[in-house]
Amino acid sequence: MIGYGEGSGNRVRAIFIQKPEDADRLILDDRCLQNLAVYLPKHEVRALGKPAIVARVPVLRSIQQLVYEQQLKEGDIAVIGVSDDGQVLDFPDLKSVGDFVSKIPLTLTPDEQAALKKLEAMSREERWNFWLEEMSNCIKCYACRASCPMCYCERCTVDCNQPQWISVPAHALGSLEWHIMRAMHLAGRCVNCGDCTRACPVKIPLALLNQRIIADIVDNFGEKAEYALAAFKPDDTEDFIR
Amino acid sequence: MADKKIIRKSSLGELFKKIRSDGKRILAPVDRGGKILFEYVDSPGSIAPDYIQTTLSAKDTLLPRCEEMLRFRTEQKSVYLEESLNRPEPTLIFGVRPCDARSIAVLNAVYLINYTDDIYRQKIDTTTIVGVSCAKCDEYCFCTSVGGSPGDTAGSDMLLTQMDNDIYLAEILTDKGKAIAALAPELFAEGGDVDKNKHCADVPVRFDVKDLSKRLPGVFEDPVWIAQSLRCIGCGTCSYVCPACTCFDIQDETDGNRGVRLRCWDSCGFAQFTLHTSGHNPREVQSQRWRQRIMHKFSYQPDQLDVIGCVGCGRCSRTCPVDMNILQHITDILEVH
Repeated sequence: MIGYGEGSGNRVRAIFIQKPEDADRLILDDRCLQNLAVYLPKHEVRALGKPAIVARVPVLRSIQQLVYEQQLKEGDIAVIGVSDDGQVLDFPDLKSVGDFVSKIPLTLTPDEQAALKKLEAMSREERWNFWLEEMSNCIKCYACRASCPMCYCERCTVDCNQPQWISVPAHALGSLEWHIMRAMHLAGRCVNCGDCTRACPVKIPLALLNQRIIADIVDNFGEKAEYALAAFKPDDTEDFIR
Repeated sequence: MADKKIIRKSSLGELFKKIRSDGKRILAPVDRGGKILFEYVDSPGSIAPDYIQTTLSAKDTLLPRCEEMLRFRTEQKSVYLEESLNRPEPTLIFGVRPCDARSIAVLNAVYLINYTDDIYRQKIDTTTIVGVSCAKCDEYCFCTSVGGSPGDTAGSDMLLTQMDNDIYLAEILTDKGKAIAALAPELFAEGGDVDKNKHCADVPVRFDVKDLSKRLPGVFEDPVWIAQSLRCIGCGTCSYVCPACTCFDIQDETDGNRGVRLRCWDSCGFAQFTLHTSGHNPREVQSQRWRQRIMHKFSYQPDQLDVIGCVGCGRCSRTCPVDMNILQHITDILEVH
């Protein structure tokens, strides 16, 4: 069972319960924000056997997305859902997880919308400088990538050097390219759990990039947009996709 | 024996001016919306007034996150080296905590012993460290368990300890420290014969580091590494905020027929860290990488370089996104029988 337990100080941490008598260590409160779906593909977690996972809405969305992307299939995991109002949700299968979470629109909170408005109110130059300054602190520790359930690639683009697609060093261009590339790769896939921002040791507000893309998708395709790659058809008439 | 003087806090502005006139840039901790970062300052007024530890360590100056090693150009099948543009600027780092100053001994052990790394040596030769003792600590600090202390002088050229609101004890420790004091001798007064310890934080000793080093080889195959690292997500935050982590990766960046070779920080937390060209990875799972981090700092480096690869600054625990707490994990390892 992958859930939350007390950590050091006032922090909480992911815990992995393997015996029924240890289940008492499980907790759930406002501090329990980490997106635990990040552990589902992890080799050593899988080696412990089929997991059950404590899943709040962002985790449920991640599970749905991982199913879309064929990273999870029926029978791989058991899901103990927790609704936004704290009710325990019983899901007999992963399809029911998808059915439940599809009914909850992925919308931004008023605070998130306000932060985006503030960015939009800047001139293009101001916005560019805002990001350049934020990115200048990036040390390329890849905590954003490692904390993200959607960054499950075994070999990330940034780890390829023949050919080298994007600049690896943590200099101005390298950091900027990395975060733009990552935001684009998450377009339509990010569940807005906020873990990238929380994980960042230098507090770069990375989620703003993803939230802007989420807002654009809602504006252009509606709140219940079907996941584009899952809807892909080989006989699509558009040329650019082939 | 250190030369002990006192200097008024209100005199630091004058001292900073003299240091700037002497041609040194000054790096000092600045508060950037809750992050405490070393930035260029001209006056002490810009320095963060209250912090336990900087977000990143001073390592970024001596061993930057990425830096040029050499330049090259290619013509047909030949490669020619060109003059490198990586020239260190004379720098004074102000406000380095004693744990971070102590970490310089670890960097020196890796970059100056056995093989002298010229890029690093030039940086260290042109850098002056003015430490500031810790009046406060938090639950993540454990310098006293790894040989340091909140008023430790190791690694600093000058160490300041705040005695009251306006008075610092200034311990002038090296020739570089003397050179700074000599820029404005009138600012350094007699009266340094005081007990600084009562002005320093009380950091309890949490474990016996010699015992840890001795016992680590015996627990190499213990399941404790898997249990501790199940929640580790394999980022490089711990290594990159660590003042004593020294591993690097080399990247070539080319533009047409010209290129630059860069040395970039690397981390044993990454899956790719020891991935061989063949596809074999001797540390193929996270528990082996986590074990490497602890073994390297507390077993291999003490054995091979006679230095503990950890200074107890606590940054890795404070910043870890998943609460990997090094102090707690070390304590647990010591309980393995």
